[in-house]
Amino acid sequence: MKDLVIIGGGPAGMSAAIRAYNRGVRDILILERDSALGGILQQCIHDGFGLHKFGEGLTGPEYAARYEEQVKALGIAYKLSTMVLDITEDKVITATNSEEGIFQIKARAVILAMGCRERSKGALNIPGTRPAGIYSAGTAQKLVNLEGYMPGKSVVILGSGDIGLIMARRMTMEGAKVKAVCELMPYSGGLARNIEQCLNDFDIPLKLSHTVVQIHGRERVEGVTVMKVDTDRKPIVGTEDYIECDTLLLSVGLIPENELSKSANILLDKTTAGAVVDQDRHTSCEGIFACGNVLHVHDLVDYVSEEAEIAGESAAAYLQNRNGENINIQIKTDGKIRYTVPQRITKRKDITVYFRVSAVFRNAKICVYEGESLVFFKKKVKLAPGEMESISLSESLLKDGKDLYFTVEEAKV
Amino acid sequence: MYDVAIIGAGVVGAMIARTLARYEVKICILEKENDVATGATKANSAIVHAGFDAESGTLKAKLNVKGAQMMKKVTEELGVKYRNNGSLVIGFDEEDRKRIEQLFVRGQKNGVEGLAILEKEELKRLEPNISENVVCALHAPTGAIVCPYTLAIAAVGNAMDNGADLKTGFAVCKIEKAEDCYEIYAERERIKAKVIVNAAGLYADEIAKMVGDNSFTITPRRGEYILLDKTCGDLVSHTVFRTPSKLGKGILVSPTVDGNLLTGPTSVDIKDKEEKCTTEEGFAQIIKEANENVKGILYGQTVTSFCGLRATGDSGDFIINAPKPGFINVAGIESPGLSASPAIAEMVKELVEKQGVVLREKAEYNPVRRAMHRFGVADMAEKNAMIKKDRAFGRIICRCEGITEGEILEAIRTNPKPSDLDGVKRRTRTQMGRCQGGFCTPYIIKLLAKELGIEAEEVTKCGGASKLLAGKTKEEIQA
Repeated sequence: MKDLVIIGGGPAGMSAAIRAYNRGVRDILILERDSALGGILQQCIHDGFGLHKFGEGLTGPEYAARYEEQVKALGIAYKLSTMVLDITEDKVITATNSEEGIFQIKARAVILAMGCRERSKGALNIPGTRPAGIYSAGTAQKLVNLEGYMPGKSVVILGSGDIGLIMARRMTMEGAKVKAVCELMPYSGGLARNIEQCLNDFDIPLKLSHTVVQIHGRERVEGVTVMKVDTDRKPIVGTEDYIECDTLLLSVGLIPENELSKSANILLDKTTAGAVVDQDRHTSCEGIFACGNVLHVHDLVDYVSEEAEIAGESAAAYLQNRNGENINIQIKTDGKIRYTVPQRITKRKDITVYFRVSAVFRNAKICVYEGESLVFFKKKVKLAPGEMESISLSESLLKDGKDLYFTVEEAKV
Repeated sequence: MYDVAIIGAGVVGAMIARTLARYEVKICILEKENDVATGATKANSAIVHAGFDAESGTLKAKLNVKGAQMMKKVTEELGVKYRNNGSLVIGFDEEDRKRIEQLFVRGQKNGVEGLAILEKEELKRLEPNISENVVCALHAPTGAIVCPYTLAIAAVGNAMDNGADLKTGFAVCKIEKAEDCYEIYAERERIKAKVIVNAAGLYADEIAKMVGDNSFTITPRRGEYILLDKTCGDLVSHTVFRTPSKLGKGILVSPTVDGNLLTGPTSVDIKDKEEKCTTEEGFAQIIKEANENVKGILYGQTVTSFCGLRATGDSGDFIINAPKPGFINVAGIESPGLSASPAIAEMVKELVEKQGVVLREKAEYNPVRRAMHRFGVADMAEKNAMIKKDRAFGRIICRCEGITEGEILEAIRTNPKPSDLDGVKRRTRTQMGRCQGGFCTPYIIKLLAKELGIEAEEVTKCGGASKLLAGKTKEEIQA
């Protein structure tokens, strides 16, 4: 029996562990599938991490190291190269590694911090062949940054997610020619700063409202056909453009890895593909918390750490039976706001609600309604799907049983 | 000098090799690709048909029913996944019902056991997710599903365990008749064999022409598929066919032995035998028809899509004959070729004997091959024993399918040994899960390079020019 088992030793898992420790929990175990702590940050050697958290730009490994040092200094236990195979509703964890074989641990509380994976080519149904040279941007990142290999020399990137943008720059710096980044939507899915620093600074064209409609090449990729799409995202006849390349990188979205959450019958949100949680990041399964990219995909690791601290704090409170006043408020959204985290409020306290919008809004007003009455608003010059937003609500706004409705209103220009 | 050379290591050639390996004969399997099972065998519906489809009296009918009866034992011996899930042919109107009744009669004539026509109510009890528009269905309880490429891999492996040779990358370009044998040429190599079995799939007509047999042609018929995530795998338990029409059998919906949901195939005759391209129209047809058959298919859960080319002969039936002394055609093996493959192998064995090859049983013959997925199906105690013996079984490399380093190494070291990434994929299911190799590919490239004793940059996806890496990064070059 362990007090707290944390699944995943990336930024979320480590932050959660440290916070739980600092709140008095001592019997903690982190289970990490990789051979080192740090998660995906290990391969993110570019800088820009930690600007919010530490007020300085760090590389991914540097950011991870700050947490790893604390985990080690506090003596928090962790097992590396250990894969969790199953979690049950009553918090029995089955895992495997080379030293111990397959083993089970019963936990009083669990924090899920497994991160996310990239959407694969398979899910896109791109017609054509299946040659070598098609990689997800993250796989390419691992090959270049950790293994020291170039996946190709002449590259087209489909999707303008942040990893794709980062890899456009990285491959260019390594001597590859990145011919285009194609984005199906009329706006980028990545951060504005990455468009500037990774594409514009290197004269890499970003083709908005464009997609890859055919992959060519029998053995290795030889080229792709790109087409412009209309407002319904359907290719426009006559816009076919053949681009010769030996590599197609995909940066078409990240999916929280919730296979284990499913094994524990945790209620998932269809939009985030992560668990439905309350302000404490408590899932529908008692004593199981979730944070980081397994809960919803973040664009900055700083926010992952912040969220993980909430989960660590809450797991400690749960283990120490520190309960506040119970309330029940659902947060509802419309199509303009795709989702919020948390999705429900169960304790009276000041909370921060994170969310993403579904399209680009200018001169926008984020509005929170309780019934017909506007209880809170915040103005933003621009809202974009690629940037996660947040608002803080004071506990005085929370009325038991009164649901909150989030929407965006655009100022008439 | 070999007694028998089998050209083509698809499931047909593989089963023939395994059947002949029982006897005191020297066998060589010649495969033009980098691995076995890379043609139609790796991209088909993975169905063991009950046998009601083929016209009574044809080879297709006879060999299908017999092969399907043999399949369970064959897959048990070879450690290949097989499930007797039964099949349904669903009808949407009275015209379909007539056709289903005909299939029922034909099936009985062909010797298919247990056939029954189910009315809507009973059908819905059996398969709640079947379309509301069905009126009846033909139920064939002997229908089954199997993993076709592991069947071929295991059959070749078993043949090799019993003494057969395999030559991959051996593209036959010329055959010459010598006095007592054939001389079979590839670009850089030549072998001699007394008897040739032409199981060259799409290229069987071209091989036959090399010995002067111009009696048939093979047309590639494209079949596209969309494979869905395991979360959709239990939407139906039976293989669900539409009522066949003049346009063909239409799109089926079936679980796979690995727990995914398979939908397809399209059916379009093309010219190019290497053009394995999926198409926009193909996807649209699959999605439309599959949704007509079964409710609730979530195409957002697509894992991959692929295309296979059926080797369609021009006679309408399998072409199994000996047009020249010592030369046996096994051609035009389209559906139900996979189902029929064990029976085809038996028939070819008899033809080989007729060519004067004496078949004496080997004393040390072993029909059993160690299961390819033995770790995956083991219980916890067995797994722990294996991990204790070999720590590599404790390291999970493919997180989606839960495949360990131990299983990958075992696959790389077991005959027929894979020499590329796709070969590892077909043997282990790594890269076949929902991330499609996103996480495990770099690791498997390194593992394969080490085991093959080559540089990582030399590792290919499927041989030839399909190299996965374009070189080292600047830092690595300087170091």
